[in-house]
Amino acid sequence: MTATRTISFTLNGEPVSASIAAYHTLLEVVRNDFSLYGARESCGQGLCGCCTLIVDGRAVSGCLYLAAFADGARVETVEHLDRDNVLDPVQEAFIEQGAFQCGFCTPGFVLMVKQLLDEHPDPDDERIRDYLSGNLCRCAAYPEIIQAVKSAARKRQAGKPA
Amino acid sequence: MATATMTGVSGGQIGRNLPRLEGREKVTGRAEYTHNLRLPGMLYGKVFRSTVAHGRIKSIDTSAAKAVPGVYRVVTSDDVIKVIPHPYYGPAFHDQPILAIGKVHYVGEPVAVVLAEDPHVADAAAALIVAEYEELPAVYDEVEAAQNKIVVHDELKPAGTFADLKHLKGAKGTNIALDYQLRKGDVDKAFAQVVQSGGHVFEHEFRTQKVLHLAFEPFVSIADFRRDRLTLYSSAQGPSFVRIEIARLLGWPENRVRIKVPYLGGGYGGKLYIKLEALVTALSMIAKRPVKVSLPFEEIFYTITRHPMTFRIKSGVDKTGRITARRCEVFWNGGAYADIGPRVTQKSGFTASGPYDIENVSIDSYALYTNQPPSGALRGFGVPQLVWAYESHTDMMARALKIDPLEFRRRNIMREGGRHTTGTPLKDAPVEQVLERVAERMSWGKPFDRGTGTVRRGRGLAVAIKAVISPTTSVAIVNVNADGSTTLYCGTVDMGQGSDTAMAQMVGEVLNVPAESVNVVPRDTDVTPYDMGTLGSRSLFHMGHAVKLAAEEARAKIQALARDLGLPEGTNYSVADLFQKKYGMQAGNIVGTGVYKPDYIPPQPGTGLTDNVTPFWMVSGVGAEVEVDTETGHVRIARLLNVCEIGKPINPKICESQISGAAMMQLGFTMFEKMHFDGGQVTNASLADYKIPGIHDLPVTFENETIEAYQHNGPFGGKGVGEVATFCVSPAIGNAIDDAVGVRLMELPLNPEAVLRALRAKENRPIEDA
Repeated sequence: MTATRTISFTLNGEPVSASIAAYHTLLEVVRNDFSLYGARESCGQGLCGCCTLIVDGRAVSGCLYLAAFADGARVETVEHLDRDNVLDPVQEAFIEQGAFQCGFCTPGFVLMVKQLLDEHPDPDDERIRDYLSGNLCRCAAYPEIIQAVKSAARKRQAGKPA
Repeated sequence: MATATMTGVSGGQIGRNLPRLEGREKVTGRAEYTHNLRLPGMLYGKVFRSTVAHGRIKSIDTSAAKAVPGVYRVVTSDDVIKVIPHPYYGPAFHDQPILAIGKVHYVGEPVAVVLAEDPHVADAAAALIVAEYEELPAVYDEVEAAQNKIVVHDELKPAGTFADLKHLKGAKGTNIALDYQLRKGDVDKAFAQVVQSGGHVFEHEFRTQKVLHLAFEPFVSIADFRRDRLTLYSSAQGPSFVRIEIARLLGWPENRVRIKVPYLGGGYGGKLYIKLEALVTALSMIAKRPVKVSLPFEEIFYTITRHPMTFRIKSGVDKTGRITARRCEVFWNGGAYADIGPRVTQKSGFTASGPYDIENVSIDSYALYTNQPPSGALRGFGVPQLVWAYESHTDMMARALKIDPLEFRRRNIMREGGRHTTGTPLKDAPVEQVLERVAERMSWGKPFDRGTGTVRRGRGLAVAIKAVISPTTSVAIVNVNADGSTTLYCGTVDMGQGSDTAMAQMVGEVLNVPAESVNVVPRDTDVTPYDMGTLGSRSLFHMGHAVKLAAEEARAKIQALARDLGLPEGTNYSVADLFQKKYGMQAGNIVGTGVYKPDYIPPQPGTGLTDNVTPFWMVSGVGAEVEVDTETGHVRIARLLNVCEIGKPINPKICESQISGAAMMQLGFTMFEKMHFDGGQVTNASLADYKIPGIHDLPVTFENETIEAYQHNGPFGGKGVGEVATFCVSPAIGNAIDDAVGVRLMELPLNPEAVLRALRAKENRPIEDA
């Protein structure tokens, strides 16, 4: 359809390259070229958060982020969190608190909560709501998600070396 | 290792707050969804849709699309009828064509499909298709449609499944796809008596808007057609129905059609019956390759929605504050294809007079075709729309009569041991208890802060009842393996409600193993037996019974095996040892099956009355406190209290998340969600323009209270809880707004514009439209 070019980037810690067209999104590349399905396209407008990816340490909407911009970047997906078969405290907390139902939006929430706790280790309710306002959950597991954030914060505090 | 035991007196699994079995897969992003599936050689289909609401197709020019490099094929109905000669489907009427044939009936109806290996190519090519239509007059409103001046379908085609639709076969000149009636007592006489004796008659009309499920995994299906086999992978809530319907379309036996359903990224009723499954089947037959159709988000708005409704309700109240007569006329806007609308019309219709003990009742409930996108089941199956109307009506009467809304309800509420309007005895339906708990938790009798200045506070409550749809069937198989481990085969689709976990808990309870050791086989109609569908809060009860029966049969067979082997009663042989002793090695299976279909007595024709309309009732109430900004019309929900009766919860934590999720979804339908239309065209078909509840919309004080009871005929005393919290949210908030600022909204949503317009109208300075 159009010309392709090759981009190189780091994906979940591994150097990779992909042949892309100008209109390909980073979401398409991680799904179609690397079979990483934790990020999903839903609204296609960067509003639901289902497609959340981490680029150079910041959460982005993978469905809007053109793959070309990822050339040379450090890209992480939710699959990076349990790379050693150990769950992140956020993931543990989501399971324990039942902070999801269908699970389709869950990886996006997990990544955003991780970023929240990296920046604010002990967030109050208002901070949690503000930070997660860009992630939507149609099953509306919001009460459980708020509980999971608090539980994950406690787990991270407890896990820190004294 | 957890293995089944012979005694299994109590597995300790019922009432366990077990985290969902698939939790790890979901939080790591590794859970399977149809959305993620790709097959070798697969083509992508992009749907080209109608731009007119009602019209005859004059021509479809696909030449430019075909010429795009990379396009494999462009398909229209001419191609479809070569492979499926009668390509009409639907659960109630065979009215929906795979692709439009001759006519289009709504904006967004599928007309053609482009197939390509690259979905971007298919997208670009579809934009080059040109269709010409001869436009016909269209009808959008349900009340207007009932007048039959503009008729959507030339002839009605009932599917033959439902007895109460058979009389509509071949009907012409009508949009009425079901005219359900209930008649109890003598309503006309009772109204006359109310008037004569100095009572009051109240008549109101309420409306609800068009909203939709908006599951985050958009509709997606993949078909892999081979000469004598078809495999469908689909995000579907009713795999058994899909198999039966697709087999019918193909003229094949069921066993050549296989439906595989992994986890669903949300369903809420939208993924029932046939959505994309018939289309991808035809496309795969034509292309002779696997075909995937995955809808872009905006096309969800043209697939299935909730029924808008107009409800005319009239009640006669005697001087003591007792309602003695009620007439209900409900018009359901079914859109262009009936889908399951006629069942919504009847199964919810019979509860239209509410949880009130009224001697004389008349209900007319009409399913109507219009030129809008089709309407179907959505979490509550019509009941939330009805409750919005009848519980607003209740408050309006109480206010007019100067009786406290709680007291007025107390005088009229149905009581346990009495009978529902249909004549069915009320059992395990504690309407009164739920109402009293709402009142108590809201401190109803105590003074209430009414706010000052431009922020006024108010409170409201509502109570409601729903019947589970009946009669329906579930089948389950429990397999005990030679090492004593257990496997469950059941067709209930886990779309987030936690059914896999609850069903595993029931197996564990009977066979005395931890639920987490039970392998719940993903839905696959080649191996999982029949189930009517994952809908209407039926699964925990119906499939739960089937699962329990299957596990009990397996347990009985284990005990019989022990007896056959000459072992004494109560032997401590493990199940694995039994197999070893029987077969001389680790070999064999024990298979238990369970089938459940509840008793049911069909309603009498004409009166709609029956002694057994449902195997169980669902009851809930809501209390709401709101703050209304009189300058902007903005409503802040300060407190939302959901009180639900849930039987004996198999997994209390999952039950509670169902309650809060259902209430929050209904909060969106109450406060802001609305599909806007212009000439049949949806003008806000995106998440940017159609807003759903986010985390900021969660009321700061959001409380759930569950009333645990024992459903006398439920598996382990349980019942379904997926919908129960949807019923009362809308009227409780509407009633609270009236309490705060004295305006009554008759139509959803209760958005700032509607509230401000009502406030200004009340002040005699209405907002003029530009």
